[in-house]
Amino acid sequence: MAINFDQGLSVHAQALILREKRSELLAANLANADTPGFKARDLDFQSVLTQTLSSNVALDKTQAGHLTPSAEMLGGTLKYRIPNQASLDGNTVELQVEQAKYAENNVQYQASLQFLKGQFSGLMTAVRGQ
Amino acid sequence: MSAFKIFDIAGSGMNAQSLRLNLVASNISNANSVSSSLEGTYKSRQPVFAAELQNVLDKANAASKVNVLGVVESQAPAIMEYSPNHPMADAKGYIFKPNVNTVEEMANMMSASRSYQNNVEVLDTAKQMMLQTLRMGQ
Repeated sequence: MAINFDQGLSVHAQALILREKRSELLAANLANADTPGFKARDLDFQSVLTQTLSSNVALDKTQAGHLTPSAEMLGGTLKYRIPNQASLDGNTVELQVEQAKYAENNVQYQASLQFLKGQFSGLMTAVRGQ
Repeated sequence: MSAFKIFDIAGSGMNAQSLRLNLVASNISNANSVSSSLEGTYKSRQPVFAAELQNVLDKANAASKVNVLGVVESQAPAIMEYSPNHPMADAKGYIFKPNVNTVEEMANMMSASRSYQNNVEVLDTAKQMMLQTLRMGQ
């Protein structure tokens, strides 16, 4: 029986990619905290993950050489944040909100990493057979 | 690896904020530079920030850096003061002081320094994330 790495690592590998993408977006929000008219954006993680996991977004494969799109190519759902207190210059970045989200995302990234580590050690045990 | 982009983004933010701090320093240090003509008076300088627009519209590559569009001089009028004994006074006995509001500049400085710190924290966290990823599977 061959070990399928995609199934062996389950959803955590994709979750890691999305977490990384989200941290990039939140970093951009924080960097633009003083840019007039900048609209803070975030990844709707729930919808992106279900979209990535469900099969209804799969592209038709009409030729033998066609590849399945990777999770990064799907783009994901970007949404604008609704500010609690809108500022006059049109900027919707709220520092404390973004900082909290960034910290939260970092912890979730580490959680995904831990899960992946567990999967890897499980696979290693299977490979060594000890 | 797209985490390298976080370094670029936070770096652009730090760059923008340090320019802002530079301008605050320039404004405050020139706050008392007296001149004898309206044109020759120092004017308060402020940076103009903008998000890089091509990235804002692009969904696949959404995170945008901070772009410094330029530095503008404040259009507020210089302060005219009647002081005929001043060595820089003009023919009518007036001297001109810059339109720098030092209180405003101090608040500006604190805001810039906090924003700079924020970007440093983001960069540090991203670095930790990357180092942890490198250790994955060990």
